[in-house]
Amino acid sequence: MEALFFNVNTGYLEGIVRGYKAGILTQNQYASLTQCETIEDFRMQLSSTDYGNFLANEPLPISTSTINDKATQILVDQFNHLRNNSVEPLSTFLDYMTYAYMIDNVILLITGTLHERDTHELLERCHPLGVFDTMPALCVATNVEELYQSVLVETPLAPYFRDCLSASDLDDLNIEIIRNTLYKAYLEDFHAFCLSVGGPTADRMSRILQFEADRRTINITINSFGTELSKEQRARLYPVIGRLFPDGNNALAKADDPEQVKLVCENMVPEYRGFFDTSSSRSNGTATDELATSAAYAAALENNFFQMEVNLNKESFLQQFQYSVFYSYIKLKEHEIRSIGWIAECIAQNARDRINDFIPIF
Amino acid sequence: MGYLAYSVAGPTSVAGIVGLYLLLTGSGESFNVGRFLEESSPYLWAMTGIGLCIGLSVLGAAWGIFVTGASILGGGVRAPRIRTKNLIRCAGKVYSMVPILIKYNSIIFCEVVAIYGVIMSIVFSSKVVSIPETELYTASNYYTGFSLFWGGLTVGTCNLLCGVAVGIAGSTAAIGDAADPTLFVKILIIEVFASIMGLFGLIVGLLVSGKAQTFEGL
Repeated sequence: MEALFFNVNTGYLEGIVRGYKAGILTQNQYASLTQCETIEDFRMQLSSTDYGNFLANEPLPISTSTINDKATQILVDQFNHLRNNSVEPLSTFLDYMTYAYMIDNVILLITGTLHERDTHELLERCHPLGVFDTMPALCVATNVEELYQSVLVETPLAPYFRDCLSASDLDDLNIEIIRNTLYKAYLEDFHAFCLSVGGPTADRMSRILQFEADRRTINITINSFGTELSKEQRARLYPVIGRLFPDGNNALAKADDPEQVKLVCENMVPEYRGFFDTSSSRSNGTATDELATSAAYAAALENNFFQMEVNLNKESFLQQFQYSVFYSYIKLKEHEIRSIGWIAECIAQNARDRINDFIPIF
Repeated sequence: MGYLAYSVAGPTSVAGIVGLYLLLTGSGESFNVGRFLEESSPYLWAMTGIGLCIGLSVLGAAWGIFVTGASILGGGVRAPRIRTKNLIRCAGKVYSMVPILIKYNSIIFCEVVAIYGVIMSIVFSSKVVSIPETELYTASNYYTGFSLFWGGLTVGTCNLLCGVAVGIAGSTAAIGDAADPTLFVKILIIEVFASIMGLFGLIVGLLVSGKAQTFEGL
């Protein structure tokens, strides 16, 4: 049924976003990018892609952070174009997407303030999609109550903050708890919104968001080993929408080491089975030191998560008349910018052997 | 869902109340379908049929054009080459436009649907001639009235659904074509299948109304 009326409000924007998606770098383009000897060559190669001459006016030498910033700026422009042309409920959907960046920015600012970094420098590092008016005021807050009352009550994040108000002091552990609580509330809220839109949007988006929730659950569990976070606190940070919920979440809340996490995930969700295999074989073979093992484990796991996320987002484009293409495009593009940044960094530092350690999209 | 529920429940309850009133006041016999069919003018049936025929056809074509048009416009922003090709998806002049069809598909396929409606309405309205009321109620005239009504409804409904089908298929085709030009011919075939369904309605409509005489006096 959605095919009958979807195009009234959103057909044009969907066409545009699919056009944008056609500009995502392909395997061949990545291959020629990785052949570049210098950043100069790299810029030449990029100018023949959808990025065009976005680096043309930059003074030499171009730093990798400039490349990142400029590429992100292109993404932000595209997003704003979509956002400004959208109507309900797509506009709300796009707003929801910015909340994730807002959460990151808020956390970045309060962490930075805690460590007494320069405010301007921090504001520059914030993601442009998550900028809101009262952001600079975040730097003066010293406890959660103040943070909420003075700044966040005006932002869309206010409802998510309700669960964090009990944490009184801002220290590293509490900030991490706040971040995860916010993200949990955000994911659940976004998921509920997507379900209320219904149809294929709900279908596709809930798959993506459920994976995102599971990923956070697993990451929280693994990162909490060896910290002072209690098991009850940890269980409260798990989003309640993932495919691991509820049985897997309960089991993860009781887990004591990565091996148990692996066991739980593999039993609960067959798709997650492959995630832990590569990491275990690699860590057993190369590193005996426990710290190095867990680092390699986490890196491999993260890589597998990315792979899965890219796949899920690619699948969004197989279905028409739904909103998840907007979400997926932004996610894929972000991913691509990360890959470009990685290649540029490898070229700049002459680390040829690791240049292919990115995940191509198409 | 709300609109659907209201539009079903409203008329049903009104009909129920009226029916019960008639039944309980002892005048249940005044609900008489046969008498209604006999007493209503054949002109009423014929004209309603013609109106439904062209109205539903245009509704189908318009629906198809807006569904496919929005996607062509959006997809055309980054892939301008699709705009002329996909125009075809909306039009109706299949036979005279075969050469153009290959180039301008989506919009034209939809437009064709409206043209089917126009053709059938012209055929139908040629059967309507003014005659004195006293000579109107004959078997032949009843037949003409009913066949034009149901023929028109057949053509109109077929064209409505055909237009929507072409529109949705065309919208997907436009987006597929924008992403990968080699898909164009392959997807076009699916669109042709969708647009042929309107032709079925046209044929049946012609057969139904073909046996009807022009309205005639005694």
